[in-house]
Amino acid sequence: MKNLKILICDDEFGMRMAVARALADFTIHVPDVEGQVHFDISEAGSGEDALAMLANDPVDILLLDHKLPGISGLDVLADVAEKYKDTLTIMITAYASLETAITATKRGAYDFLAKPFTPDELKAAIRKSAIHLTLQRQARKLAEEKRQVRFQLISVVAHELKAPLGAIEGYLYLLRDKPLGADINAYDKAVARSIERLTGMRKLITDLLDLTRIESGQKKRELAEVDAREIVKTAIDTVQPDADARRIAITLHADAPIKINADPGELEIVCNNLLTNAVKYNKDDGRVDVMLTDTADRLTIEVKDTGIGMKPEDVQRLFGDFVRIKTKETRLIPGSGLGLSILKKISQLYHGDVNVASEYGVGTTFAVMLRKLPLPPVNETEKGTL
Amino acid sequence: MEPTKKTVLVVDDDLDYLTQMQMQLEADNFKVITAESQAEAEQLLQDLRPDLAIVDLMMENMDGGFVLCYRIKKKDPTIPVIMVTAVSSETGIEFSNAAEEEKSWLKADALLTKPIRYEQLKREIENLMGA
Repeated sequence: MKNLKILICDDEFGMRMAVARALADFTIHVPDVEGQVHFDISEAGSGEDALAMLANDPVDILLLDHKLPGISGLDVLADVAEKYKDTLTIMITAYASLETAITATKRGAYDFLAKPFTPDELKAAIRKSAIHLTLQRQARKLAEEKRQVRFQLISVVAHELKAPLGAIEGYLYLLRDKPLGADINAYDKAVARSIERLTGMRKLITDLLDLTRIESGQKKRELAEVDAREIVKTAIDTVQPDADARRIAITLHADAPIKINADPGELEIVCNNLLTNAVKYNKDDGRVDVMLTDTADRLTIEVKDTGIGMKPEDVQRLFGDFVRIKTKETRLIPGSGLGLSILKKISQLYHGDVNVASEYGVGTTFAVMLRKLPLPPVNETEKGTL
Repeated sequence: MEPTKKTVLVVDDDLDYLTQMQMQLEADNFKVITAESQAEAEQLLQDLRPDLAIVDLMMENMDGGFVLCYRIKKKDPTIPVIMVTAVSSETGIEFSNAAEEEKSWLKADALLTKPIRYEQLKREIENLMGA
């Protein structure tokens, strides 16, 4: 954390000295910010001097006397409020009248100090301003980072959609121009690939909608007591045809129903993702074992496959948005690259996490842990709102 | 009897681009051999001497295409190589083989920028093969 700059503007030399002395060794600690904040003090004897100094080197906090010999404190304040949005002004005034306070606040003063004040009162005012300033800047920085992440996501999404569009466009031109002659069968591959790319685009868009709904919190979560085993069984039924086609055996290890408070839609996304991956990245004639572990405070869904596995360096990258591990084994396996980030985000809604253990060429086990949370009380005022 | 077809090796990590290229070139009576990576192409080149090669610049290793062009030329400098790149549209970096300096390190006879119109590619092929 860098030092904060304070400018004291007062025509009384004694007052400037007193303020500088009181703040010389003063440091504060701002919540959530590492380290101590120190202050660099500079002084101006008139409003004109203060404005000239600010023009050269803007400060964080301006301690501004109300009654100055030339240009008045209120006029300096108006100028500062307009030009230096990052500067907080504390007005010092001998006439701590309500009227001055209102005018100064209207012109943008952040706080007041009524003369005479003690060093402790001065420090309290500075502390309040410094904390306000630091937290405000931190919030701004976070908002900017969020904006950057959003831009990045948009640009990746645009790219991910552009590639299949280009491919399909190319195939359509072939079908239009028929370089291989009029026999439609000559273009079977063009049609089959176009459909594959379109399916991939649709999956990407569906996943993206899931992800944004989860992240924005816009989707109304409908938490209710559900049987996790039933949801897993449904997910197994969904992937069964794909598994059968490659003679992959799926076994569910769970003796009894498992009650958990969850949004059934979210739980379905988790189970479908886990099982789809376990089949997609498996080898022909492989196995998938699904283990459900039920304890008093958590549910763990473990899905173990005998698939292609991953190298340690790939496992580390796995949960990022749009990360797909590109190897000769995964080259032809379709995927949006969003499934696992969705999984991770849902698990976080349940204060849980996702663990992965993988051995290249041997198989991968994903374990999703979800905590059993109490159902939130039904809030009357929230009914009918999104 | 049909005259011997000219063989074109097309190397690109984009399966759809490869498929489309193959369809177009076969329609123009070329024998087309495809490879999806630098490694696969080098494997093929052990027993193959194509009449022309079309190589994508950026494959899974960023410089795969460069290296491959260099190897093809080293194997037989008379094999014409067309380098294809989406570099400009992907990164905004412009480059060409027009400048003498670039020609010296870019081991290709022609450089085309994706997206490529097939007619344009065909003209280059005819130029380079003297057909």
